[in-house]
Amino acid sequence: MTSPDLPLLATTGTVSLVTQPPGISGAATIAAQPKMAALNLQFYYDKFHALKNVSLDIAEKKVTALIGPSGCGKSTLLRIFNRIYSIYPKMRAEGDVLLDGDNILDPRYPLNRLRSKVGMVFQKPVPFPMSIYENVAYAIRHYEKLSKAEMDVRVEEALRQGALWEEAKDKLRQSALGLSGGQQQRLCIARAVALKPEVILLDEPTSALDPIATGKIEQLVEELKERFTIAIVTHNMQQASRVSDFTAFMYLGELIEFGETKAIFENPQKKMTEDYITGRYG
Amino acid sequence: MSEHIVKSFDDELTQLNAAITRMGELAKTQFGAAMVALRTRDAKTAAQVIRDDVEVDELERDIEARAIRVLALRQPIARDFREVLSALRVDIEFERICDFSANICKRVIALSSFSPDEWVGEIGDLGALASRQLDDVVAAFNERNKEKAITVWASDEQIDDTYTGIYRRLIDYMKSDPQRVPIGAHLMFMAKNIERIGDHVTNIAEQIYYLVTGSMLDAPRPKGDKSSLDQVVSHG
Repeated sequence: MTSPDLPLLATTGTVSLVTQPPGISGAATIAAQPKMAALNLQFYYDKFHALKNVSLDIAEKKVTALIGPSGCGKSTLLRIFNRIYSIYPKMRAEGDVLLDGDNILDPRYPLNRLRSKVGMVFQKPVPFPMSIYENVAYAIRHYEKLSKAEMDVRVEEALRQGALWEEAKDKLRQSALGLSGGQQQRLCIARAVALKPEVILLDEPTSALDPIATGKIEQLVEELKERFTIAIVTHNMQQASRVSDFTAFMYLGELIEFGETKAIFENPQKKMTEDYITGRYG
Repeated sequence: MSEHIVKSFDDELTQLNAAITRMGELAKTQFGAAMVALRTRDAKTAAQVIRDDVEVDELERDIEARAIRVLALRQPIARDFREVLSALRVDIEFERICDFSANICKRVIALSSFSPDEWVGEIGDLGALASRQLDDVVAAFNERNKEKAITVWASDEQIDDTYTGIYRRLIDYMKSDPQRVPIGAHLMFMAKNIERIGDHVTNIAEQIYYLVTGSMLDAPRPKGDKSSLDQVVSHG
């Protein structure tokens, strides 16, 4: 592959530069109002420079897919969006990540507030070793004091939003570990939405699931985007093209191309993007 | 373009491309032979073109099967997708061009005992225009050359204008003597077939533009065939 260039905007429709940072031409911005925005973001794992000057908008109530080969920085970027990296030593981010205009990288931004606004679901389903009901109620209790009746309503609502209610309603007190992989992943999504976040980050949420369970998650993502802003990391090109509105292609820590998903998959502007999505050597 | 990580994907695309290239050459051969048959009023050559249409149909189905296989099994995207989609569409366009060539040949056979020399010359000249266009579009497709495709696309008007002139003169030719109507009808269909070949060439040019750029040619298509706008005057 040739050396990465500045990100290029691929679009099929109208695009206006919303939060273009100074000094970067063709930055990855969108016409819609961005819910989150990375501005000149740098990230280091100790001495390793993992993200290089990434600027990217995440559109409100849309799905943004982050794609790229392993090690390109897409998961790193996702993990910065809820500052999960801050639990590890020797990791540091520079630049800004805005959530509704506030810089979440600012140490004064309360982590609790960030985590309640930005939920995350990981590659491998990680149910807590407790009942299905408790998996959802546990997280809510951490933030809110609810009566039993109120909690029942919230748990049902979350499980419905996670498209798990019909399958789980008769076994709420059974262990979540007895659920199938796909059900466990939907439980994790239900647990994330139970906190009424504004942004949901999905890190390869279906890579361990079969096609049917994958389809259910994808359908769920489509429904969830009516209420939430979603960013998804995926290695599955077809999945990115199916579920997302915008796609960002990253390579070696740089954002190579960003645009409407239709444009990226039909007519990418950069050869590197095309080589990657069509399965070619550079 | 660089190679796919999965080599068999490259092999399938290469074979598909070879088949569609062969289809383009067949279309040129069939239409060229039809024009020779017309000018020389050679029923034998005409009959050969009609027989060879079977080979065209077989190749069309082969290309369709190959393209569907790649779509179903490889789920191509971006340029790969456009290559396969274009192969499917261009395949049909070439096949139609061959159909029109065969139809012209049927009429050459039907007219072989008549000698409408001036018309054969005129229609032959129309055919020469279309033949050049066909050669150019096949070259543009083989080279994936959008500039050449645009030139072909913009030149269809000349065929349409020439056809409209022939159409009007043929009406006069038939009006002057009802005995000429059966011959005139055959000549009219031949000219129309050539005009339609020009349209299919234009479709291929549009497809090449999409294949290369990923965008549709959205300018209004140049149309010069005015024959359908001629008022029919009743003498009843």
